[in-house]
Amino acid sequence: MDLTLTDKHRALQAEVQAFIRTHGQNSPKPGGGRKRPDRKTLEWQRLLVEHGYAARTVPRDYGGFGAEPDVLDLAVIADAFSRANLYQGLTNQGISMLVPTLLEVGTEEQRRQWIAPTIRGEVIWCQGYSEPGSGSDLAAASTRAVLDGRDFVVNGQKIWTSSAHYADMMFLLCRTEPELPKHEGLSYLLLSMRTPGIETRPLKTMTGRSEFNEVFFTEVRVPAKQIVLGRGKGWYVANITLKHERLMIGDAGKMSHRLEQLIALLQSTTVNGSRLIELPEFRDRLLKLQGEVLAWKAHNLRLLTEAAKGEESGVKRMIVKYGGTMLGFRLSALAVDALGAAGLPFESLGEAAEDDDATTWNIDYMYDIGLMIGGGSSNIQKNIIGERGLGLPREPKAPPATAAAVIGRG
Amino acid sequence: MDFDLSEEQRLFDTTLRGYLAEHLPLERLRGLAEAGAGFDEKLWQGLCELGLQGLLVPERFGGSGLGVLDAAVAAEALGAAVAPVPFIGLAMATLAVLRAGTPAQQDAWLPRIADSEALFGVGFAGLAGQTGEAAATLADDRLSGRITAALDCGMCSHLLVVLDDGRMVIVAADGPGVRMTPRRSLDRTRPVTDLAFDAAPAELLSAANAPLATALRVLDAGRVLVAAGTLGAAQTMLDRAVAFAKERVQFGRVIGSFQGVKYMLADMVTMLEPCRGLVWYAAYAQDAQDVQDAGPHAARLTACHAKAHLGDVAREVSRMATEAHGGMGFTDLLGLHFWFKRIAFNRQILGGPERCREEAAILQGWAT
Repeated sequence: MDLTLTDKHRALQAEVQAFIRTHGQNSPKPGGGRKRPDRKTLEWQRLLVEHGYAARTVPRDYGGFGAEPDVLDLAVIADAFSRANLYQGLTNQGISMLVPTLLEVGTEEQRRQWIAPTIRGEVIWCQGYSEPGSGSDLAAASTRAVLDGRDFVVNGQKIWTSSAHYADMMFLLCRTEPELPKHEGLSYLLLSMRTPGIETRPLKTMTGRSEFNEVFFTEVRVPAKQIVLGRGKGWYVANITLKHERLMIGDAGKMSHRLEQLIALLQSTTVNGSRLIELPEFRDRLLKLQGEVLAWKAHNLRLLTEAAKGEESGVKRMIVKYGGTMLGFRLSALAVDALGAAGLPFESLGEAAEDDDATTWNIDYMYDIGLMIGGGSSNIQKNIIGERGLGLPREPKAPPATAAAVIGRG
Repeated sequence: MDFDLSEEQRLFDTTLRGYLAEHLPLERLRGLAEAGAGFDEKLWQGLCELGLQGLLVPERFGGSGLGVLDAAVAAEALGAAVAPVPFIGLAMATLAVLRAGTPAQQDAWLPRIADSEALFGVGFAGLAGQTGEAAATLADDRLSGRITAALDCGMCSHLLVVLDDGRMVIVAADGPGVRMTPRRSLDRTRPVTDLAFDAAPAELLSAANAPLATALRVLDAGRVLVAAGTLGAAQTMLDRAVAFAKERVQFGRVIGSFQGVKYMLADMVTMLEPCRGLVWYAAYAQDAQDVQDAGPHAARLTACHAKAHLGDVAREVSRMATEAHGGMGFTDLLGLHFWFKRIAFNRQILGGPERCREEAAILQGWAT
């Protein structure tokens, strides 16, 4: 264990603080991130990438900052931004999921083409995974892609596709080898959302907003070179992406920031002249959550250390999504309780403007349930933790579905 | 930056666990527990040969000169084996002498600790906010008062007692005016002792400029070590529940293949695994009071939270691990209850979760 700040880290700390003094007033409001980045956010993101406060370890050849992985660097940066209540940069499916996937298994050409504009926030990606007939059973995807000359021709439907209504690109899991067993017949394609034959229909959720979409593909032509890793490798690639998605969703830094906001809320809210933080019932709930956030922060440092050493974290990584989303929900639940009756007025302004604080907390409170379900639901996570993490036997299965049966069901 | 145990710490952990596995089989544990003395002299001597007694004693006094994180590694291994040894009391006494003792007192006490001549129990009940009596006063180097449920006094030669204002004194266990009443506790491997002093000769550790802050640091270290022990015990219960779920067959299947059981085990690991980072962090913060600018109270704050959070998580883990074993989990035969009881003991000793969180609240200006 060594968490001491070296001279290098102290220098970085001073550098970040200077950056904040110079540029801090240009930061967008923290939180949100469910809409297309506006000009202010793009400008901020560009600054962050330039200074290495976002995409810090992405190689320079691909538009990143090219720093060696150093866990404490990230902690120093996150800490300074969090204390100053500044926006820590975009986290979206392109940046948090596709970029690491391409760095792991993309071709040189794919990396050069997509990583730089993605980390700057200029190209927004959506994830074409779930289908009406394959949600938790993701490998049963039946959207077909058939090679025709130099293109794949895609037909089918995706659902729960967040940000598809404003995304530029999609990474798509589709079936290219229907004769093979279901996990072996999938491929992973990158395609433009402006390709003819794509129709996006917003799906209104319980938050009142349309965070998700249905996406329909009719004879959509995708150049064959836009496949990642190769035919039949889609399940492997999709799992690399999912690993990063689950770490993004369970992110301890985000929990820590939310805790800070919650503390401020309990300090500023009064009932009958008492601040909520002085009421033992509220205070003890807050303290329990603080203990838990501390534990997840420390756990995150452990994971980052293992990642930097190239070690496999196994079950330690598998628990992040399930544990993190549960904690997130309890944090927003306490906020909603602190807001109480005065926090019931709810006016979501959609993507046009920033919502008021009470509406934002209430959206988080509901959206957190969406996060428990999306990216592999909590129950799927528990299967993964139990089976892959603890080595427990799988549920006995029905005879393996042939691909023909899979397609027939769709 | 490295958030992990060192090679040396891993090796130490492996050695310790190997020794405990060999020398503390369940039947031996059961025998010790029935007596309720909570102290296995032979086991403790063996552990002392591995350096446990002088772990925190600086090398110039004949110890190993290691830190609270190393002690936490040891405490976790001891907790994993529910070892009936007085490691935590001794560690707290060592830190008390180190932080509050004059050079002469350090010269006098630390070599004796390292040589196993002096073994300490600790009466920290008042400062820790334990229930029961906790009143001790010092007048003319004589201690009077009563303390309920003091820790690790089983075979001790000396007692470390904290006064209300944080001053700490050393009292000879067999000295005049000292009455010790050992009580078998819920955890038969960990007795508690009621202490009564009537003008007992006491040596004040007199070098501390800020006695209360110094005593709190000793308490914090003790709490972190208790939390580490709880972590070890809870991990053993989880591991045993997983192993049982892979073996036990019902309805023609091993029960670990049923989602009802599988999800319980997944919940346990999801709760417990992040606790390891918290314990390491809290222990590390004890050694390096200024951690990556985590704030002036990082060491106290994380110690309080580690004690409270481990107490809560381990209660759930111990309940679910027992349930996962079905009726066998409830029997004496399986011995799982020793771990359950260690976890229950650790929750209350040196301040329960509610008390620890309240201290964390005061620390942050949220309560007075």
